[in-house]
Amino acid sequence: MTTTPTSTVPAPVPAKQPAARPVTVRRKWTEHGLVFIAPFFLTYALFLLWPLVSGIGMSLRSDNITGEGGEFVGFDNYAEALQDPNVWSSLWNTIWFTILSTVPLVLTGLVMALLSHHLRFVQWLWRLSWFAPFLLPSGVIGLLFLWVIYPSDFGFADQLLAWFGLHPGIGWLTDERYAMLSIVLATVWWTVGFNFLLYLAALQSIPQHLYEAAELDGAGAWHRLRHITIPMLRRTTGVVLVLQILASLKIFDQVYIMTGGGPDDSTRPILQYVYQSGFTGYRIGYASAVSYLFFALIVIVSLVQLRLSQRKGESA
Amino acid sequence: MNDERYEPRLTRRKLIAATGAAASAVALGAAGCAAPSFGAEGRTRLRYWHLFGGGDGANMTALVDAFAKEHTGIELEATQLQWGTPYYTKLGMAGAGGRAPEVAVLHLARLAGFGPGRLLDPFDLDRLSELGVGADQFPEEIFKRGAVDGKQYAIPLDTHPMVLYYNTDVCEKAGLLGDGGKLQPISSAREFTDALRAAKKVTGVPAVTAETTGPDCITPWRLFATFYSQMGGTVLSADGRRLTLDDAKAMEVLDFMAGLTTDGLMVRRVDYPGSIGVFNAGKTAFHLNGEWEVSTFTAAKLPFSMTRVPALFGRPTAQADCHSFVLPHQEGRSEAATEAAHAFVAWMLQHSVDWAKGGHVPAYLPTLEDPAYLELEPQSEYRSVIDDVALDQPAWFAGSASQMWIQLGAVFSGVLTGSRTPSNALREAKKRLRKLLDTPDPLGSAGGGAA
Repeated sequence: MTTTPTSTVPAPVPAKQPAARPVTVRRKWTEHGLVFIAPFFLTYALFLLWPLVSGIGMSLRSDNITGEGGEFVGFDNYAEALQDPNVWSSLWNTIWFTILSTVPLVLTGLVMALLSHHLRFVQWLWRLSWFAPFLLPSGVIGLLFLWVIYPSDFGFADQLLAWFGLHPGIGWLTDERYAMLSIVLATVWWTVGFNFLLYLAALQSIPQHLYEAAELDGAGAWHRLRHITIPMLRRTTGVVLVLQILASLKIFDQVYIMTGGGPDDSTRPILQYVYQSGFTGYRIGYASAVSYLFFALIVIVSLVQLRLSQRKGESA
Repeated sequence: MNDERYEPRLTRRKLIAATGAAASAVALGAAGCAAPSFGAEGRTRLRYWHLFGGGDGANMTALVDAFAKEHTGIELEATQLQWGTPYYTKLGMAGAGGRAPEVAVLHLARLAGFGPGRLLDPFDLDRLSELGVGADQFPEEIFKRGAVDGKQYAIPLDTHPMVLYYNTDVCEKAGLLGDGGKLQPISSAREFTDALRAAKKVTGVPAVTAETTGPDCITPWRLFATFYSQMGGTVLSADGRRLTLDDAKAMEVLDFMAGLTTDGLMVRRVDYPGSIGVFNAGKTAFHLNGEWEVSTFTAAKLPFSMTRVPALFGRPTAQADCHSFVLPHQEGRSEAATEAAHAFVAWMLQHSVDWAKGGHVPAYLPTLEDPAYLELEPQSEYRSVIDDVALDQPAWFAGSASQMWIQLGAVFSGVLTGSRTPSNALREAKKRLRKLLDTPDPLGSAGGGAA
């Protein structure tokens, strides 16, 4: 900001108004910087803003997937969506997944960060191995995990358990009691690396002298963790929580690959229902309406979290 | 192997499939923009889309190659797309834009929902009969399903019913085989469960397996539709507009299905590839599925044969759908391309013996009497089922990979796995059907009918 010619040139000669004129023109040109952001902005407008707006338009129409026919139906699609039990059940699946996955994802990330922060040998190995799965695309994770837990009874996981004399006979993905848990398990393994990384960075930025002072006062390891580390991580925890909840609400890929939403729709997230309404059912208008209801929910969650984290920031 | 459903095996390869689909979509997009018909050197360009993978895919490719070799004046471009929803989405959108291929495959029971007259163009029956293909060469019921408002939009290639696979070794030990090593006739639900018990006594494992759960699980719906149709029941009225599900009949079927797993006669929790694997392992006496897995078991050298699903509840019907040829709608279809498309369809029907290797029963009656077909074992064992196939009533949400199959498949899956009681499942099934009936046909009703 401060190194642009516009801000440095006029400073030494503030009195010479006429000479400053061409500078003023240049200042406007660069200050708005429209030219510089144009490539990004155009892409953004074309692929994010426009679809957002046209999606709202579609949700008010009875369009089919071919984009022809259809008529303006006002809020009929929304009214139908609110009465559709599939919307509610799949929305609940999404929320249930978010609850189930957020807690272990945050806690495991923290524990792993603490471990690798304190382990003094081959640190790079812990960091690499805990972060590596995050670099893989969801498709790869889904397939890998399928091969770990599938087929039941003679998949990799079951063989490993059999080693310890355990034969749980769990239908990892075929039993509605376990299918969602299996997906959570895969997701935790996949994405915990990101939370781990955020926590690790935060841990490294806690000033060492706090610990030294506490140690002089005779604080043990538990008290140092309880009264220094965790309070100092509060802001990071806020960020991790926000990001995690938003990421978990967007669940789709793993479920689509691993269970297809089954058994008996017990793992079908709302986004998959949107997909099914639009691409299997050809009702793009209705699918848009459902997705905007979900969008509203995400906006509300984000606003609540923003408010909460702001308050936290003020009091800290 | 299996073209008839989303295969979990395919699902697992979604990444690769998606890449392939993207690539072919790009290729198709490029091809689709060009005006139809004339290819290089004045040859007629004929684009053909189908959804056959596995063994069917190999058979289809061989047929396509043979056709291309015989017809040097036609430049044939065959494109295989991913089975199920992706295929139908692409075909529908191509038709809506008037940039569709000249000829394509469609499941006959999906015709009603596929905008005949708008997304599909009718066949010229005179032209077909000049090529030696006439309406009288098909089972009447099946051929009639290809017609809407007096125009023929689909020409059936085959029918693919639910059948009963049986392991000949196990059944022999259980004393279930009769003369010539064939399964003794079974003519009631009681006789069927007795046979299952006898087989279980020999092997100690559940005697029958079928897909009961998994992604886009459809077999439970097929089982229900098979047995329910045997009682003479219909799910929808003949015009596909009203719910005609008979509670008493449906409950009897669902109770029977629930009993199979509760009594330990049927493997309770197994997904599609799992059910194939279980039967392939050689200890399970029976497998209920469509006939398209015949090449899988043949390749595995399993001692097995196939027969029609026995009439457990009266009539010997079996749930089925048919592959058929259609002419997706094109703006300004050229005379030469239309001629080529008709020639292609006629040639395919007349060579459908090679198609029947994959298990499907040819719909073209001359093929059914062809000695080369009769020699196919066990593919010709169940051919008589062609007169007793139960297709979905024509509704936009019916047919292979449709909303109805996927939604009801999930509900009836619960009956087999034990997570739903039969009465709960029936209630839920009716609720879902009513919702589908209340939803206007998204492709058909939309404006400006071109027919």
